[in-house]
Amino acid sequence: MNDVHLITITVNGQPSEVAVEARRTLADVLRHDLGYTGTHVGCEHGICGACTVILDGAPVRSCLIFGVQADDASVETVEGLAGDGDLNTLQESFSEQHALQCGFCTPGFLMLATALLRANPDPTDEEIREAVASNLCRCTGYEPILAAIRQTADRGLASGDDEAGREGNGRGTRDPHVSVPREAEQPGGQ
Amino acid sequence: MSRVEDHRHLTGGASFVDDIAVPGLRYLAFTRSPYAAARIESIDTDEAGSTPGVDAVLTAGDLSELERFIPLLNRPDFVPVETPLLARDRVRHVGEPVAMVVARTPHAAEDGAERVRVSYERLDPVASMDAAMAHHSPAVHDDAPDNLLLDALFQDDPEIDGVIDGADLIVEATLESARVTAVPMEARACLAEWHGRTRRCTLHTSTQIPHIVRTSVAGLLAIPEHRLRVIAPDVGGGFGQKCVVAREEVLTCIASRAIGQPVKWTADRQENLVADFQGHQQRYEVRAGFTGEGVMLALDALVWTDVGAYSCHPFTCGVEPLMAAAEMPGPYTVRHYRCRTRAVATHKTPMAPYRGVARPQIVLVMERLMQKAALRLGLEQSEVRARNLIPERAFPYTTAAGLRIDKGSYGESLARCVEALDLRAFRERQRAAREEGRLIGLGFSCFGERTGYGTEAFEQRKMAMTPGYDIARLALDPTGGITLNVGTASHGQSHETTLAQIAAEALAVHPATIDVRQGDTDQSPYGWGTFASRSMVVSGGATRRASLLLADRLKHLGSHLLEAAPEDLELRDGAVVVRGSPEQSVSFKDIGRIAYLEVHRLPAGEEPGVEARAVFDPPGTFSNATHGCIVEIDPDTGAVGFDRYVVVEDCGVMINPMVVEGQVRGGVAQGIAAALYEQVVYSDDGQPLTTSLMDYLVPTASEIPQVEIFHLETPSEHSETGAKGMGEGGTMGAPACVASAVNDALAHLDIELDSLPILPEQVLVAIKRARTQRKPL
Repeated sequence: MNDVHLITITVNGQPSEVAVEARRTLADVLRHDLGYTGTHVGCEHGICGACTVILDGAPVRSCLIFGVQADDASVETVEGLAGDGDLNTLQESFSEQHALQCGFCTPGFLMLATALLRANPDPTDEEIREAVASNLCRCTGYEPILAAIRQTADRGLASGDDEAGREGNGRGTRDPHVSVPREAEQPGGQ
Repeated sequence: MSRVEDHRHLTGGASFVDDIAVPGLRYLAFTRSPYAAARIESIDTDEAGSTPGVDAVLTAGDLSELERFIPLLNRPDFVPVETPLLARDRVRHVGEPVAMVVARTPHAAEDGAERVRVSYERLDPVASMDAAMAHHSPAVHDDAPDNLLLDALFQDDPEIDGVIDGADLIVEATLESARVTAVPMEARACLAEWHGRTRRCTLHTSTQIPHIVRTSVAGLLAIPEHRLRVIAPDVGGGFGQKCVVAREEVLTCIASRAIGQPVKWTADRQENLVADFQGHQQRYEVRAGFTGEGVMLALDALVWTDVGAYSCHPFTCGVEPLMAAAEMPGPYTVRHYRCRTRAVATHKTPMAPYRGVARPQIVLVMERLMQKAALRLGLEQSEVRARNLIPERAFPYTTAAGLRIDKGSYGESLARCVEALDLRAFRERQRAAREEGRLIGLGFSCFGERTGYGTEAFEQRKMAMTPGYDIARLALDPTGGITLNVGTASHGQSHETTLAQIAAEALAVHPATIDVRQGDTDQSPYGWGTFASRSMVVSGGATRRASLLLADRLKHLGSHLLEAAPEDLELRDGAVVVRGSPEQSVSFKDIGRIAYLEVHRLPAGEEPGVEARAVFDPPGTFSNATHGCIVEIDPDTGAVGFDRYVVVEDCGVMINPMVVEGQVRGGVAQGIAAALYEQVVYSDDGQPLTTSLMDYLVPTASEIPQVEIFHLETPSEHSETGAKGMGEGGTMGAPACVASAVNDALAHLDIELDSLPILPEQVLVAIKRARTQRKPL
């Protein structure tokens, strides 16, 4: 398989050129070609959401996107959230509410919540629950994750949301109409 | 305080096995059996071997010099069977590894694995316990022609039949729980580096038990243990699935040795759901006698566990059936007890301990028996439980199964739970709701959680190796930093925070001064890892003991430097201080500098260094809890929704309440999952049908309710800190509590549901049947 493409991808404001096989997922490009191993792969079929990143302003499952589809795109990952090493409001709230235990699903929830709160800075509890139901966590029972996002919304994400991820990339800045996609809702009445 | 672990996880700085990059890395993929039962006629690896990028293809024939992998239990009623690392002549479950392919990219490895041509002669599969026990059933293993890998009359009671037959009330029931699987968010991953020149191997693996993996893998490879280093870096959940040694951990090392390059295997979710260890598939046939007042006099149980095709190491397939038999009477005072317990081999994926280990099921059994007795006697279900719980004055109490239960707050936790849910007001609401055709129910579960098992407990189980103790090692460095090395292996349980808290309290320093190291067999003292709710009791106890020794050592050195008697000294804010004269003090930092870098300032004969080491090996201690919940069933869909979920728990002294509550919530979520959503489904020919997270329904935030948690505190006499373990209680109590509530909601329709999970379709079918019998909702 030598179907290799040269793509340009901007991650957390940093542009890179990468040669990728057509079948390589965005998650693998981020993790193994560019070293952003904070993006985790939990199922590779779009259910668990551990690999959620923000692509041109919208949260996506990076296991369901090919690297070539991210050509000329701007991606935000968990590594871009903390400005100058200080945790942002969302990250702090996750810690204060004990919204993570093993930490494997955490980057996906952080990126999901970041996209939610940018699109809807004052969500209702039901809107938070609906968004959080996009991803799976096996440790926390979800309640602390809901509480952390509620706390962030109450304090204001903007005070801690690192703008660097969205600056300097020339495109894909905040779209006020973006919503959390429902592409991975589970079947079976869940 | 915030957790030490959090910062790296929140910033993408954690390091899980698949995150590790090393030069020259190769990738491993497995060719796995597509059949539940078959004879291997031939394996053709030519096409796989010539796939672009493939370095090597290995089959069982390449492993002939290895030791055989045979998990052992030293009991005459246990049948040991070999787990082939790669299948030799037969496959016994779908997903069994048959060949392994090493390649330059993960894609090339998978391409190669698909091109290994295996010729199978299919055999009749044994796909259920009923099939396994049928007359003339094929044998999964030749050594167990009746398909029983364990058949133990655990306890007999010659009087029991008479007691039950003469009882005012006899309750008979069959209760079942489906096969489930742990689904840690990080599936297994291994990275092995075989260093030919130094003849050493480093295995990074996502495990709960680094030292057991080292001992076991070195044994199978027939190399001395000091040539193998096992590292568990950040581990993304385990829940028991990773507290046993996996074939793939051995095979990744073999692959690296074979090609002389580092090799990585990362399981995908399908491999995790199909081929990694599962658990909890059990059936209980029980008969109990009660007095007219609802007091249980006798319990007779036959336990069936479907353990799949092989035993797990080191616990073996005896772990669930023996746990069930030993702990079934739970916190109740029933005096006549008989239990026969069996492990049935089937052509399914092997089982391992999964959070709770048979206790979610025995709690279900006991709680449903209490509820059934209450219903038949016209008593409130909480009242029947209260009449059977171990009374306050009776601790320590020895159960009918011979288990010694230390002091707890069983009655009080039930009373508090009844009060929190306002049972009396609920019954009025329920009456009104039933008149409107609504189905609401309230349930309880009362249980004890045995934790901190020591060597003695594992010896009684007759394991070939007996986990139990753990060691803690502490050292002050020349800058005043303190390193704590332990043999447990946190994978979400927050030990880097909580063990540091224990040491910090004993040493009167801020927890941030203590750096906890774990999970690297080259650094950590030999230890048993993290499972069975043992770490806070055992490792926490060793940590406290070592910290007190280090405190003595600091005072001893301080007494020389301050020219004061040790008994006049105390530790305060990172310094040794003369009691009553805080201006006379020497900081740990100064002591560290002098003890390592300026030892000429120590008195003659004084050794350099500030270190301590301690062991703790407890007899075990019981946490307890009562769960209570209120559910509403939609009569049109059969779906169960939660109105309240309450936990009143007592784990003794809480080192960190936030972490305790996190364990409770997560455990309850897994218990609700087992009660209402999750099951591993096999077809009649042994094909797993739940092979993705679209089919195996891990609940989301939409399904899991808020959990109200109340704490009681009965300090343990058997732990150094007063703490009791509590990592599994949520999972143990929730299934029975939910089942109790669902049955309470349906009781007026004469519906009894005793099989988990309780799925909407089962509820609907039961309601429909009740309607045809003209029972109004």
